[in-house]
Amino acid sequence: MASTDTTAKDAKGGADAHDLAGLEAGLDALETRQQARRPWRQTFVQKVLPPVLAVALVLAVWQALVSFRIVDDPTKLPSPGAVWSVLRDAWLEGELLGYIWTSVSRGLLGFFFALLIGTPLGLLVARVRFVRAAIGPILSGLQSLPSVAWVPPAVIWLGLNNQMMYAVILLGAVPSIANGLVSGVSQVPPLFLRAGRTLGATGLKGTWHIVLPAALPGYVAGLKQGWAFSWRSLMAAEIIASFPDLGIGLGQLLENGRNASDMAMVFEAILLILTVGIAIDLLIFSPLERWVLRSRGLLVKD
Amino acid sequence: MATTLAKAADGTETATHAARIEHVSKSFAGPAGRQTVLDDITLDVAPGEFVTLLGASGCGKSTLLNLVAGLDEPSAGAISTDGRPALMFQEHALFPWLTAGKNIELALKLRGVPKAERRGRAEELLELVRLGGAHGKRVHELSGGMRQRVALARALAQESRLLLMDEPFAALDAITRDVLHDELTRIWRETRLSVLFVTHNVREAVRLAQRVVLLSSRPGRIAREWTVDIEHPRRIEDTAVAELSVEITEELRGEIRRHGQH
Repeated sequence: MASTDTTAKDAKGGADAHDLAGLEAGLDALETRQQARRPWRQTFVQKVLPPVLAVALVLAVWQALVSFRIVDDPTKLPSPGAVWSVLRDAWLEGELLGYIWTSVSRGLLGFFFALLIGTPLGLLVARVRFVRAAIGPILSGLQSLPSVAWVPPAVIWLGLNNQMMYAVILLGAVPSIANGLVSGVSQVPPLFLRAGRTLGATGLKGTWHIVLPAALPGYVAGLKQGWAFSWRSLMAAEIIASFPDLGIGLGQLLENGRNASDMAMVFEAILLILTVGIAIDLLIFSPLERWVLRSRGLLVKD
Repeated sequence: MATTLAKAADGTETATHAARIEHVSKSFAGPAGRQTVLDDITLDVAPGEFVTLLGASGCGKSTLLNLVAGLDEPSAGAISTDGRPALMFQEHALFPWLTAGKNIELALKLRGVPKAERRGRAEELLELVRLGGAHGKRVHELSGGMRQRVALARALAQESRLLLMDEPFAALDAITRDVLHDELTRIWRETRLSVLFVTHNVREAVRLAQRVVLLSSRPGRIAREWTVDIEHPRRIEDTAVAELSVEITEELRGEIRRHGQH
Protein backbone atom coordinates (compact mmCIF):
# COMPACT_ATOMS: atom_id res chain seq x y z
CA MET A 1 0.00 0.00 0.00
CA ALA A 2 2.97 2.23 -0.65
CA SER A 3 1.10 4.86 -2.63
CA THR A 4 -1.27 5.82 0.19
CA ASP A 5 1.64 6.31 2.59
CA THR A 6 2.44 9.60 0.88
CA THR A 7 -0.52 11.13 2.69
CA ALA A 8 1.05 12.11 5.98
CA LYS A 9 -1.03 11.46 9.08
CA ASP A 10 -1.36 15.14 10.01
CA ALA A 11 -2.44 16.09 6.49
CA LYS A 12 -5.79 14.38 7.06
CA GLY A 13 -9.06 16.24 6.98
CA GLY A 14 -9.49 18.95 4.36
CA ALA A 15 -6.64 17.79 2.16
CA ASP A 16 -8.01 14.26 2.29
CA ALA A 17 -11.04 14.75 0.08
CA HIS A 18 -9.03 16.50 -2.60
CA ASP A 19 -6.33 13.86 -2.42
CA LEU A 20 -8.91 11.09 -2.80
CA ALA A 21 -10.43 12.60 -5.93
CA GLY A 22 -6.97 12.96 -7.46
CA LEU A 23 -5.99 9.42 -6.53
CA GLU A 24 -9.19 8.07 -7.98
CA ALA A 25 -8.79 10.01 -11.22
CA GLY A 26 -5.27 8.63 -11.52
CA LEU A 27 -6.44 5.04 -10.97
CA ASP A 28 -9.23 5.45 -13.49
CA ALA A 29 -6.85 6.85 -16.08
CA LEU A 30 -4.31 4.06 -15.52
CA GLU A 31 -6.82 1.26 -15.76
CA THR A 32 -8.85 2.46 -18.70
CA ARG A 33 -7.60 1.22 -22.00
CA GLN A 34 -8.30 3.07 -25.20
CA GLN A 35 -9.26 0.76 -27.99
CA ALA A 36 -8.21 2.01 -31.38
CA ARG A 37 -9.89 0.75 -34.50
CA ARG A 38 -7.78 -1.46 -36.69
CA PRO A 39 -6.19 0.45 -39.58
CA TRP A 40 -7.68 -0.20 -43.01
CA ARG A 41 -4.49 -1.68 -44.44
CA GLN A 42 -4.24 -4.23 -41.62
CA THR A 43 -7.88 -5.24 -42.13
CA PHE A 44 -7.18 -5.79 -45.80
CA VAL A 45 -4.10 -7.94 -45.22
CA GLN A 46 -5.60 -9.99 -42.36
CA LYS A 47 -9.25 -10.31 -43.34
CA VAL A 48 -9.75 -9.68 -47.08
CA LEU A 49 -6.63 -11.03 -48.69
CA PRO A 50 -6.66 -14.65 -47.35
CA PRO A 51 -10.14 -15.61 -48.67
CA VAL A 52 -9.43 -13.89 -52.01
CA LEU A 53 -6.24 -15.93 -52.35
CA ALA A 54 -8.11 -19.12 -51.47
CA VAL A 55 -10.73 -18.49 -54.15
CA ALA A 56 -8.01 -17.67 -56.68
CA LEU A 57 -6.26 -20.96 -55.83
CA VAL A 58 -9.47 -22.96 -56.36
CA LEU A 59 -10.03 -21.27 -59.72
CA ALA A 60 -6.42 -21.98 -60.74
CA VAL A 61 -6.71 -25.68 -59.86
CA TRP A 62 -10.03 -25.87 -61.69
CA GLN A 63 -8.56 -24.23 -64.80
CA ALA A 64 -5.53 -26.53 -64.60
CA LEU A 65 -7.75 -29.63 -64.48
CA VAL A 66 -9.38 -28.50 -67.73
CA SER A 67 -6.29 -27.04 -69.47
CA PHE A 68 -4.04 -30.03 -68.85
CA ARG A 69 -6.88 -32.37 -69.84
CA ILE A 70 -6.83 -34.18 -66.53
CA VAL A 71 -10.63 -34.15 -66.79
CA ASP A 72 -11.28 -34.10 -70.47
CA ASP A 73 -15.05 -34.07 -70.64
CA PRO A 74 -17.00 -30.76 -70.66
CA THR A 75 -20.19 -32.60 -69.67
CA LYS A 76 -18.46 -33.61 -66.42
CA LEU A 77 -16.36 -30.54 -65.71
CA PRO A 78 -16.91 -27.33 -67.69
CA SER A 79 -14.09 -24.79 -67.79
CA PRO A 80 -14.31 -21.69 -65.58
CA GLY A 81 -14.63 -19.70 -68.77
CA ALA A 82 -17.71 -21.68 -69.87
CA VAL A 83 -19.41 -21.09 -66.52
CA TRP A 84 -18.50 -17.42 -66.71
CA SER A 85 -20.05 -17.08 -70.19
CA VAL A 86 -23.28 -18.77 -69.00
CA LEU A 87 -23.39 -16.30 -66.12
CA ARG A 88 -22.71 -13.39 -68.47
CA ASP A 89 -25.39 -14.51 -70.89
CA ALA A 90 -27.93 -14.76 -68.08
CA TRP A 91 -26.93 -11.26 -66.99
CA LEU A 92 -27.15 -9.86 -70.54
CA GLU A 93 -30.55 -11.49 -71.07
CA GLY A 94 -31.61 -9.76 -67.86
CA GLU A 95 -32.54 -13.03 -66.16
CA LEU A 96 -29.77 -13.41 -63.62
CA LEU A 97 -31.19 -10.93 -61.12
CA GLY A 98 -34.62 -12.49 -61.65
CA TYR A 99 -33.34 -15.94 -60.57
CA ILE A 100 -31.64 -14.46 -57.56
CA TRP A 101 -34.54 -12.26 -56.53
CA THR A 102 -37.08 -15.10 -56.83
CA SER A 103 -35.12 -17.18 -54.35
CA VAL A 104 -33.92 -14.39 -52.06
CA SER A 105 -37.40 -12.88 -51.69
CA ARG A 106 -38.82 -16.30 -50.85
CA GLY A 107 -35.98 -17.04 -48.47
CA LEU A 108 -36.15 -13.74 -46.58
CA LEU A 109 -39.95 -13.72 -46.38
CA GLY A 110 -39.93 -17.31 -45.13
CA PHE A 111 -37.21 -16.42 -42.63
CA PHE A 112 -39.28 -13.47 -41.43
CA PHE A 113 -42.25 -15.75 -40.74
CA ALA A 114 -39.92 -18.22 -39.03
CA LEU A 115 -38.75 -15.35 -36.82
CA LEU A 116 -42.34 -14.46 -35.90
CA ILE A 117 -43.09 -18.04 -34.91
CA GLY A 118 -39.73 -19.15 -33.54
CA THR A 119 -39.24 -16.25 -31.11
CA PRO A 120 -42.38 -16.64 -28.98
CA LEU A 121 -42.02 -20.42 -29.21
CA GLY A 122 -38.45 -20.24 -27.94
CA LEU A 123 -39.46 -17.92 -25.13
CA LEU A 124 -42.26 -20.24 -24.11
CA VAL A 125 -39.96 -23.27 -24.09
CA ALA A 126 -37.28 -21.38 -22.17
CA ARG A 127 -39.54 -19.89 -19.51
CA VAL A 128 -42.30 -22.47 -18.91
CA ARG A 129 -40.88 -25.58 -17.31
CA PHE A 130 -43.69 -27.89 -18.45
CA VAL A 131 -43.45 -26.76 -22.08
CA ARG A 132 -39.70 -27.18 -21.92
CA ALA A 133 -39.97 -30.73 -20.65
CA ALA A 134 -42.68 -31.50 -23.21
CA ILE A 135 -41.25 -30.15 -26.46
CA GLY A 136 -37.69 -29.05 -25.69
CA PRO A 137 -36.08 -32.35 -26.73
CA ILE A 138 -38.26 -32.60 -29.84
CA LEU A 139 -37.29 -29.08 -30.85
CA SER A 140 -33.57 -29.77 -30.61
CA GLY A 141 -34.05 -33.16 -32.28
CA LEU A 142 -35.79 -31.49 -35.22
CA GLN A 143 -32.59 -29.57 -35.94
CA SER A 144 -30.86 -32.76 -37.00
CA LEU A 145 -33.65 -33.71 -39.41
CA PRO A 146 -32.56 -32.70 -42.95
CA SER A 147 -35.11 -30.18 -44.17
CA VAL A 148 -35.39 -31.94 -47.53
CA ALA A 149 -37.35 -34.61 -45.66
CA TRP A 150 -40.17 -32.10 -45.27
CA VAL A 151 -40.57 -31.58 -49.03
CA PRO A 152 -42.63 -34.70 -49.87
CA PRO A 153 -45.21 -34.19 -47.08
CA ALA A 154 -45.38 -30.45 -47.84
CA VAL A 155 -46.08 -31.18 -51.52
CA ILE A 156 -48.84 -33.62 -50.56
CA TRP A 157 -50.40 -31.25 -48.03
CA LEU A 158 -50.13 -28.01 -49.94
CA GLY A 159 -49.43 -28.90 -53.57
CA LEU A 160 -46.77 -27.45 -55.85
CA ASN A 161 -46.96 -23.80 -54.92
CA ASN A 162 -45.27 -21.04 -52.96
CA GLN A 163 -47.06 -21.97 -49.71
CA MET A 164 -45.32 -25.32 -49.83
CA MET A 165 -41.93 -23.59 -50.12
CA TYR A 166 -42.70 -21.37 -47.14
CA ALA A 167 -43.85 -24.38 -45.13
CA VAL A 168 -40.54 -26.14 -45.77
CA ILE A 169 -38.59 -23.01 -44.80
CA LEU A 170 -40.58 -22.69 -41.57
CA LEU A 171 -40.06 -26.32 -40.63
CA GLY A 172 -36.32 -25.90 -41.22
CA ALA A 173 -35.75 -22.52 -39.58
CA VAL A 174 -38.21 -22.32 -36.67
CA PRO A 175 -36.42 -24.98 -34.55
CA SER A 176 -33.05 -23.21 -35.02
CA ILE A 177 -34.40 -19.83 -34.03
CA ALA A 178 -36.33 -21.21 -31.05
CA ASN A 179 -33.35 -23.29 -29.92
CA GLY A 180 -31.03 -20.30 -30.17
CA LEU A 181 -33.29 -18.36 -27.85
CA VAL A 182 -33.63 -21.30 -25.46
CA SER A 183 -29.88 -21.76 -25.16
CA GLY A 184 -29.42 -18.00 -24.89
CA VAL A 185 -31.86 -17.90 -21.98
CA SER A 186 -30.33 -20.90 -20.22
CA GLN A 187 -26.91 -19.27 -20.41
CA VAL A 188 -28.02 -16.08 -18.69
CA PRO A 189 -25.77 -15.76 -15.63
CA PRO A 190 -27.82 -16.30 -12.42
CA LEU A 191 -26.12 -13.20 -11.01
CA PHE A 192 -27.99 -11.01 -13.53
CA LEU A 193 -31.28 -12.56 -12.44
CA ARG A 194 -30.49 -11.93 -8.77
CA ALA A 195 -29.34 -8.39 -9.50
CA GLY A 196 -32.52 -7.84 -11.51
CA ARG A 197 -34.69 -9.14 -8.70
CA THR A 198 -33.13 -6.84 -6.12
CA LEU A 199 -33.80 -3.94 -8.50
CA GLY A 200 -37.42 -5.01 -8.73
CA ALA A 201 -37.38 -6.71 -12.14
CA THR A 202 -39.57 -9.74 -11.50
CA GLY A 203 -42.05 -11.62 -13.69
CA LEU A 204 -42.67 -10.00 -17.09
CA LYS A 205 -40.51 -7.01 -16.19
CA GLY A 206 -37.67 -9.40 -15.46
CA THR A 207 -38.16 -11.16 -18.79
CA TRP A 208 -38.24 -7.89 -20.72
CA HIS A 209 -35.45 -5.97 -18.97
CA ILE A 210 -33.10 -8.76 -17.94
CA VAL A 211 -33.68 -12.17 -19.54
CA LEU A 212 -34.24 -11.12 -23.17
CA PRO A 213 -31.35 -8.67 -23.46
CA ALA A 214 -29.05 -11.08 -21.61
CA ALA A 215 -30.05 -13.88 -24.03
CA LEU A 216 -29.46 -11.75 -27.14
CA PRO A 217 -26.07 -13.25 -28.15
CA GLY A 218 -27.54 -16.78 -28.17
CA TYR A 219 -30.62 -15.54 -29.99
CA VAL A 220 -28.54 -13.89 -32.72
CA ALA A 221 -26.49 -17.07 -33.13
CA GLY A 222 -29.82 -18.89 -33.55
CA LEU A 223 -30.94 -16.36 -36.18
CA LYS A 224 -27.73 -16.89 -38.10
CA GLN A 225 -28.22 -20.63 -38.09
CA GLY A 226 -31.91 -20.13 -38.84
CA TRP A 227 -31.03 -18.22 -42.00
CA ALA A 228 -28.63 -21.00 -43.12
CA PHE A 229 -31.42 -23.54 -42.56
CA SER A 230 -33.99 -21.36 -44.37
CA TRP A 231 -31.76 -21.08 -47.39
CA ARG A 232 -30.97 -24.81 -47.50
CA SER A 233 -34.62 -25.77 -47.05
CA LEU A 234 -35.66 -23.41 -49.80
CA MET A 235 -33.11 -24.84 -52.24
CA ALA A 236 -34.28 -28.38 -51.45
CA ALA A 237 -37.87 -27.30 -52.05
CA GLU A 238 -37.05 -25.51 -55.29
CA ILE A 239 -35.09 -28.42 -56.72
CA ILE A 240 -37.78 -31.00 -55.99
CA ALA A 241 -40.81 -28.84 -56.71
CA SER A 242 -39.68 -27.15 -59.90
CA PHE A 243 -42.76 -26.11 -61.74
CA PRO A 244 -42.76 -23.45 -64.50
CA ASP A 245 -45.60 -21.42 -62.98
CA LEU A 246 -43.61 -20.84 -59.79
CA GLY A 247 -41.01 -18.71 -61.51
CA ILE A 248 -37.38 -19.75 -61.81
CA GLY A 249 -35.37 -19.50 -58.63
CA LEU A 250 -31.83 -20.76 -58.11
CA GLY A 251 -33.01 -24.26 -57.16
CA GLN A 252 -35.06 -24.53 -60.35
CA LEU A 253 -32.09 -23.23 -62.33
CA LEU A 254 -30.01 -26.08 -60.94
CA GLU A 255 -32.73 -28.60 -61.76
CA ASN A 256 -33.12 -27.17 -65.29
CA GLY A 257 -29.38 -27.56 -65.80
CA ARG A 258 -29.58 -31.21 -64.79
CA ASN A 259 -32.51 -31.86 -67.13
CA ALA A 260 -30.66 -30.24 -70.01
CA SER A 261 -27.42 -32.04 -69.05
CA ASP A 262 -25.84 -28.60 -69.15
CA MET A 263 -22.99 -28.84 -66.66
CA ALA A 264 -22.06 -25.16 -67.03
CA MET A 265 -25.58 -24.17 -65.98
CA VAL A 266 -25.41 -26.57 -63.03
CA PHE A 267 -22.14 -24.97 -61.89
CA GLU A 268 -23.63 -21.52 -62.42
CA ALA A 269 -26.57 -22.40 -60.16
CA ILE A 270 -24.36 -23.91 -57.44
CA LEU A 271 -22.07 -20.89 -57.44
CA LEU A 272 -25.03 -18.53 -57.22
CA ILE A 273 -26.63 -20.47 -54.35
CA LEU A 274 -23.35 -20.42 -52.45
CA THR A 275 -22.66 -16.76 -53.16
CA VAL A 276 -26.13 -15.55 -52.18
CA GLY A 277 -26.11 -17.59 -48.96
CA ILE A 278 -22.73 -16.17 -47.96
CA ALA A 279 -23.64 -12.64 -49.06
CA ILE A 280 -26.79 -12.51 -46.93
CA ASP A 281 -24.83 -13.79 -43.96
CA LEU A 282 -22.04 -11.27 -44.48
CA LEU A 283 -24.39 -8.35 -45.12
CA ILE A 284 -27.00 -8.96 -42.40
CA PHE A 285 -26.22 -11.58 -39.80
CA SER A 286 -22.48 -11.27 -39.24
CA PRO A 287 -22.62 -7.48 -38.70
CA LEU A 288 -25.58 -7.97 -36.36
CA GLU A 289 -23.69 -10.59 -34.36
CA ARG A 290 -20.50 -8.50 -34.27
CA TRP A 291 -22.43 -5.47 -33.10
CA VAL A 292 -24.11 -7.40 -30.27
CA LEU A 293 -20.86 -8.98 -29.11
CA ARG A 294 -18.74 -5.85 -29.46
CA SER A 295 -21.14 -3.67 -27.49
CA ARG A 296 -20.82 -6.15 -24.62
CA GLY A 297 -17.06 -6.45 -24.85
CA LEU A 298 -17.40 -10.11 -25.83
CA LEU A 299 -15.62 -9.86 -29.17
CA VAL A 300 -12.01 -10.95 -28.80
CA LYS A 301 -9.81 -8.94 -31.08
CA ASP A 302 -6.76 -10.56 -32.74
CA MET B 1 -40.69 -11.99 2.64
CA ALA B 2 -39.77 -9.24 5.00
CA THR B 3 -42.61 -7.26 6.43
CA THR B 4 -42.04 -3.63 7.16
CA LEU B 5 -42.64 -2.85 10.78
CA ALA B 6 -42.11 0.82 10.12
CA LYS B 7 -44.72 1.00 7.38
CA ALA B 8 -46.62 3.78 9.10
CA ALA B 9 -43.48 5.85 9.14
CA ASP B 10 -42.96 5.23 5.42
CA GLY B 11 -39.53 6.64 4.82
CA THR B 12 -39.53 9.18 7.64
CA GLU B 13 -36.93 9.13 10.39
CA THR B 14 -39.22 7.49 12.93
CA ALA B 15 -38.27 3.95 11.90
CA THR B 16 -36.63 2.30 14.89
CA HIS B 17 -34.39 0.06 12.84
CA ALA B 18 -33.28 -0.42 9.24
CA ALA B 19 -33.23 -4.19 9.62
CA ARG B 20 -34.34 -6.47 12.42
CA ILE B 21 -33.24 -10.10 12.35
CA GLU B 22 -34.96 -12.16 15.06
CA HIS B 23 -33.96 -15.73 15.92
CA VAL B 24 -33.30 -16.53 12.30
CA SER B 25 -32.17 -20.03 11.34
CA LYS B 26 -31.56 -21.42 7.90
CA SER B 27 -30.90 -25.01 6.88
CA PHE B 28 -30.46 -26.64 3.49
CA ALA B 29 -30.87 -30.23 2.39
CA GLY B 30 -27.33 -31.50 1.78
CA PRO B 31 -25.71 -34.86 0.98
CA ALA B 32 -25.34 -35.58 4.73
CA GLY B 33 -28.93 -34.77 5.65
CA ARG B 34 -30.15 -31.28 6.58
CA GLN B 35 -27.36 -28.86 7.29
CA THR B 36 -27.87 -25.88 9.49
CA VAL B 37 -26.11 -22.88 7.99
CA LEU B 38 -27.43 -20.18 10.30
CA ASP B 39 -28.46 -20.86 13.87
CA ASP B 40 -30.57 -18.45 15.89
CA ILE B 41 -29.21 -15.13 14.66
CA THR B 42 -30.58 -12.02 16.28
CA LEU B 43 -29.28 -8.69 15.04
CA ASP B 44 -30.60 -5.15 14.66
CA VAL B 45 -29.24 -2.52 12.33
CA ALA B 46 -30.19 0.98 13.52
CA PRO B 47 -31.10 3.71 11.02
CA GLY B 48 -27.87 5.21 9.70
CA GLU B 49 -25.72 2.53 11.29
CA PHE B 50 -22.80 0.81 9.55
CA VAL B 51 -22.48 -2.83 10.60
CA THR B 52 -20.02 -5.37 9.22
CA LEU B 53 -20.63 -9.09 9.41
CA LEU B 54 -17.30 -10.84 9.69
CA GLY B 55 -16.59 -14.54 9.42
CA ALA B 56 -14.55 -17.31 7.83
CA SER B 57 -15.89 -19.39 4.96
CA GLY B 58 -18.92 -21.45 5.82
CA CYS B 59 -20.27 -19.01 8.40
CA GLY B 60 -23.31 -18.31 6.23
CA LYS B 61 -22.74 -14.56 6.00
CA SER B 62 -23.80 -14.41 2.37
CA THR B 63 -26.80 -16.60 3.15
CA LEU B 64 -27.83 -14.17 5.86
CA LEU B 65 -27.51 -11.26 3.44
CA ASN B 66 -29.66 -13.07 0.87
CA LEU B 67 -32.32 -13.59 3.54
CA VAL B 68 -32.29 -9.90 4.47
CA ALA B 69 -32.45 -9.01 0.74
CA GLY B 70 -35.55 -11.20 0.42
CA LEU B 71 -33.92 -13.46 -2.17
CA ASP B 72 -34.47 -16.46 0.11
CA GLU B 73 -36.73 -17.42 3.03
CA PRO B 74 -35.49 -18.22 6.54
CA SER B 75 -36.27 -21.71 7.90
CA ALA B 76 -37.22 -20.17 11.25
CA GLY B 77 -37.41 -16.70 12.76
CA ALA B 78 -38.37 -13.39 11.18
CA ILE B 79 -36.67 -10.61 9.30
CA SER B 80 -38.08 -7.16 8.79
CA THR B 81 -36.56 -4.27 6.90
CA ASP B 82 -37.41 -0.63 6.37
CA GLY B 83 -38.48 -0.96 2.72
CA ARG B 84 -36.80 -3.14 0.12
CA PRO B 85 -33.03 -3.11 0.66
CA ALA B 86 -30.50 -2.48 -2.09
CA LEU B 87 -27.87 -5.16 -2.64
CA MET B 88 -24.33 -5.00 -3.98
CA PHE B 89 -22.42 -8.13 -4.93
CA GLN B 90 -18.78 -9.13 -5.07
CA GLU B 91 -19.09 -9.11 -8.85
CA HIS B 92 -20.29 -5.77 -10.16
CA ALA B 93 -23.40 -7.42 -11.72
CA LEU B 94 -23.82 -4.50 -14.11
CA PHE B 95 -25.75 -5.40 -17.24
CA PRO B 96 -23.29 -5.45 -20.17
CA TRP B 97 -25.97 -4.61 -22.75
CA LEU B 98 -26.48 -1.21 -21.13
CA THR B 99 -24.10 1.71 -20.67
CA ALA B 100 -23.06 2.72 -17.15
CA GLY B 101 -25.68 5.49 -17.11
CA LYS B 102 -28.42 3.26 -18.51
CA ASN B 103 -27.75 0.68 -15.80
CA ILE B 104 -28.57 3.34 -13.24
CA GLU B 105 -31.55 4.55 -15.25
CA LEU B 106 -32.93 1.00 -15.33
CA ALA B 107 -32.89 0.91 -11.52
CA LEU B 108 -34.69 4.26 -11.50
CA LYS B 109 -37.22 3.07 -14.07
CA LEU B 110 -38.00 -0.09 -12.10
CA ARG B 111 -38.58 2.12 -9.08
CA GLY B 112 -41.11 4.15 -11.07
CA VAL B 113 -39.12 7.35 -11.60
CA PRO B 114 -40.61 9.25 -14.59
CA LYS B 115 -38.58 9.15 -17.80
CA ALA B 116 -37.88 12.88 -17.83
CA GLU B 117 -36.10 12.75 -14.47
CA ARG B 118 -34.05 9.61 -14.97
CA ARG B 119 -31.22 11.02 -17.03
CA GLY B 120 -30.54 13.88 -14.65
CA ARG B 121 -30.79 11.68 -11.57
CA ALA B 122 -28.38 9.14 -13.11
CA GLU B 123 -25.88 11.93 -13.82
CA GLU B 124 -26.15 13.07 -10.20
CA LEU B 125 -25.51 9.57 -8.91
CA LEU B 126 -22.50 9.19 -11.20
CA GLU B 127 -21.20 12.51 -9.88
CA LEU B 128 -21.66 11.18 -6.36
CA VAL B 129 -19.32 8.26 -7.07
CA ARG B 130 -17.04 10.67 -9.00
CA LEU B 131 -17.77 9.21 -12.39
CA GLY B 132 -19.42 12.22 -13.97
CA GLY B 133 -19.04 11.88 -17.73
CA ALA B 134 -19.09 8.08 -17.66
CA HIS B 135 -22.80 7.93 -18.55
CA GLY B 136 -22.20 6.66 -22.09
CA LYS B 137 -19.39 4.24 -21.21
CA ARG B 138 -19.92 0.54 -21.78
CA VAL B 139 -19.33 -1.71 -18.79
CA HIS B 140 -16.35 -3.45 -20.38
CA GLU B 141 -14.67 -0.09 -20.96
CA LEU B 142 -14.51 0.58 -17.21
CA SER B 143 -11.87 -0.65 -14.76
CA GLY B 144 -12.77 -2.95 -11.86
CA GLY B 145 -12.93 -0.07 -9.39
CA MET B 146 -15.05 2.06 -11.72
CA ARG B 147 -17.47 -0.83 -12.25
CA GLN B 148 -17.97 -1.22 -8.51
CA ARG B 149 -18.57 2.52 -8.21
CA VAL B 150 -21.23 2.35 -10.94
CA ALA B 151 -22.71 -0.66 -9.13
CA LEU B 152 -22.77 1.43 -5.94
CA ALA B 153 -24.48 4.28 -7.80
CA ARG B 154 -27.03 1.81 -9.17
CA ALA B 155 -27.69 0.47 -5.67
CA LEU B 156 -28.10 4.03 -4.39
CA ALA B 157 -30.58 4.71 -7.20
CA GLN B 158 -33.00 2.40 -5.42
CA GLU B 159 -33.24 4.97 -2.62
CA SER B 160 -33.43 2.21 -0.04
CA ARG B 161 -32.84 3.04 3.59
CA LEU B 162 -30.65 -0.06 3.84
CA LEU B 163 -27.70 -1.01 1.65
CA LEU B 164 -26.55 -4.64 1.80
CA MET B 165 -23.03 -5.31 0.56
CA ASP B 166 -21.71 -8.82 -0.08
CA GLU B 167 -17.89 -8.56 -0.11
CA PRO B 168 -18.13 -5.87 -2.79
CA PHE B 169 -14.41 -5.02 -2.83
CA ALA B 170 -12.93 -8.51 -2.42
CA ALA B 171 -11.92 -8.82 -6.08
CA LEU B 172 -10.16 -5.45 -6.29
CA ASP B 173 -6.47 -4.67 -5.86
CA ALA B 174 -5.35 -3.17 -2.54
CA ILE B 175 -4.98 0.45 -3.69
CA THR B 176 -8.33 0.53 -5.45
CA ARG B 177 -9.99 -1.13 -2.48
CA ASP B 178 -8.55 1.47 -0.14
CA VAL B 179 -9.88 4.28 -2.32
CA LEU B 180 -13.31 2.68 -2.42
CA HIS B 181 -13.31 2.39 1.38
CA ASP B 182 -12.88 6.15 1.52
CA GLU B 183 -15.64 6.66 -1.05
CA LEU B 184 -18.06 4.36 0.71
CA THR B 185 -17.42 6.07 4.06
CA ARG B 186 -17.95 9.49 2.49
CA ILE B 187 -21.17 8.44 0.76
CA TRP B 188 -22.49 6.67 3.85
CA ARG B 189 -21.95 9.81 5.92
CA GLU B 190 -23.50 12.04 3.26
CA THR B 191 -26.59 9.91 2.66
CA ARG B 192 -27.13 8.64 6.23
CA LEU B 193 -27.85 5.19 4.86
CA SER B 194 -27.79 2.05 6.97
CA VAL B 195 -25.21 -0.41 5.71
CA LEU B 196 -24.88 -4.12 6.41
CA PHE B 197 -21.52 -5.11 4.98
CA VAL B 198 -20.29 -8.70 4.74
CA THR B 199 -16.57 -9.45 4.57
CA HIS B 200 -13.88 -11.91 5.62
CA ASN B 201 -11.31 -9.13 5.77
CA VAL B 202 -10.86 -8.00 9.39
CA ARG B 203 -9.08 -4.74 8.62
CA GLU B 204 -11.77 -3.82 6.12
CA ALA B 205 -14.42 -4.50 8.75
CA VAL B 206 -12.71 -2.31 11.34
CA ARG B 207 -11.84 0.41 8.84
CA LEU B 208 -15.47 0.85 7.77
CA ALA B 209 -17.86 -0.10 10.54
CA GLN B 210 -19.36 1.34 13.69
CA ARG B 211 -20.05 -2.19 14.83
CA VAL B 212 -18.32 -5.45 13.87
CA VAL B 213 -20.25 -8.68 14.32
CA LEU B 214 -18.22 -11.89 14.28
CA LEU B 215 -19.99 -15.04 13.10
CA SER B 216 -18.80 -18.52 13.97
CA SER B 217 -18.78 -21.17 11.25
CA ARG B 218 -20.93 -24.26 10.72
CA PRO B 219 -23.42 -23.39 11.93
CA GLY B 220 -23.22 -19.61 11.75
CA ARG B 221 -23.90 -18.07 15.15
CA ILE B 222 -23.08 -14.64 16.48
CA ALA B 223 -19.82 -15.19 18.37
CA ARG B 224 -18.95 -11.67 19.50
CA GLU B 225 -19.55 -8.01 18.77
CA TRP B 226 -17.28 -4.98 18.90
CA THR B 227 -18.20 -1.34 18.82
CA VAL B 228 -15.64 0.60 16.81
CA ASP B 229 -15.29 4.16 18.02
CA ILE B 230 -12.32 5.27 16.01
CA GLU B 231 -12.90 8.69 14.52
CA HIS B 232 -13.33 9.19 10.78
CA PRO B 233 -11.49 9.63 8.50
CA ARG B 234 -9.81 6.33 9.23
CA ARG B 235 -6.94 4.80 7.33
CA ILE B 236 -6.29 1.12 6.96
CA GLU B 237 -2.79 1.62 8.47
CA ASP B 238 -3.99 3.59 11.54
CA THR B 239 -2.69 2.20 14.82
CA ALA B 240 -6.16 2.07 16.37
CA VAL B 241 -7.49 0.15 13.35
CA ALA B 242 -4.53 -2.22 13.52
CA GLU B 243 -4.89 -2.86 17.26
CA LEU B 244 -8.56 -3.72 17.12
CA SER B 245 -7.94 -5.82 14.01
CA VAL B 246 -5.34 -7.89 15.87
CA GLU B 247 -7.81 -8.52 18.69
CA ILE B 248 -10.61 -9.53 16.31
CA THR B 249 -8.27 -11.67 14.19
CA GLU B 250 -7.25 -13.62 17.32
CA GLU B 251 -10.89 -14.30 18.07
CA LEU B 252 -11.58 -15.29 14.44
CA ARG B 253 -8.60 -17.66 14.47
CA GLY B 254 -9.90 -19.23 17.65
CA GLU B 255 -13.26 -19.82 15.94
CA ILE B 256 -11.57 -21.42 12.93
CA ARG B 257 -9.27 -23.56 15.13
CA ARG B 258 -12.26 -25.13 16.89
CA HIS B 259 -13.17 -26.84 13.62
CA GLY B 260 -9.86 -28.71 13.45
CA GLN B 261 -10.23 -30.19 16.95
CA HIS B 262 -12.93 -32.81 16.62
